[in-house]
Amino acid sequence: MRIRLAPFAALFLFTAASPLHAAAPPAGDPSRGAEIYESHCGACHSLDANRVGPKHRGVVGRKAGIVPGFNYTRALKSSGIVWTADALDRWLSGPAKIVPGTAMGFVLSSPQQRADVIAYLKQQK
Amino acid sequence: MMGTRRGIISGGAKTLSAAGLFALMGASGSARAAANSSQDVALLNAALGLEHEGIAAYQLGAESKLLQTPVLQVAVTFQGHHKQHRDDLVAAIKRLGGAPVAAKSMDDYAKELNAGSLKSQTDVLKLALKLERGATNAYLGIIPTLGASDLHTLAARTACDEAFHTAILANALGEAIPQKAPLFG
Repeated sequence: MRIRLAPFAALFLFTAASPLHAAAPPAGDPSRGAEIYESHCGACHSLDANRVGPKHRGVVGRKAGIVPGFNYTRALKSSGIVWTADALDRWLSGPAKIVPGTAMGFVLSSPQQRADVIAYLKQQK
Repeated sequence: MMGTRRGIISGGAKTLSAAGLFALMGASGSARAAANSSQDVALLNAALGLEHEGIAAYQLGAESKLLQTPVLQVAVTFQGHHKQHRDDLVAAIKRLGGAPVAAKSMDDYAKELNAGSLKSQTDVLKLALKLERGATNAYLGIIPTLGASDLHTLAARTACDEAFHTAILANALGEAIPQKAPLFG
């Protein structure tokens, strides 16, 4: 009985983990996002200066690894990622899972905080 | 790009480094350990970059002539803590077989941190607070990604030091005590 159920259990786990069935992310609040950006991202990032991490102005919609003057890891440069809101949400949930070898290890575990930061970044054009 | 399962699979394939391939293919223990070490080195080097920048920020503050003597003494003490963090990270990176990143020039840091905008002691303290608070959260935020348990301890211990600095600086600037916990993370 256990053997017969195993494929169904695996299918359930796969579909449950699939983004096609994932819950929609919460709505983001850009003003809360500004505070979170300052307190959580600000150690390494600025909007207009490359520091430990690349500058972020205009990041939403941009291809990964192309900010001039920033020394990216080979892993991120060749990732092919475009920073859509969805891609940023996945990235902030576990960067090294999305791009193994990246130097960005920071995880923002709260879905609401991620949505807020992304809403803020969308405004920084 | 990541909206469909096919997109995820094809997009993921583009991004797979050695670590990812090992994970998928069930690599041998030693190969997986090497990939994990390489990932840890990348993360520790980012943290080292952060410490280099913190040391430079306190140097810029100390040389600005904007700090009163007691504040300057505290700044130099905090800078000393960051130098110890730097040395801990360098040692950890070398233990893993990696090459520690070097510090940039003071001119680069001055530009990146917009040091020209610092006109008062309060400005310097606000910059320090922003960097210390961010560093606390950054160290907490990399713990889930670090592979080796001794590195979890290193990151947590360093985060505590940054939190201590944050509390002192916030108090000096007259920030109200946060009413809701957790204060970080």
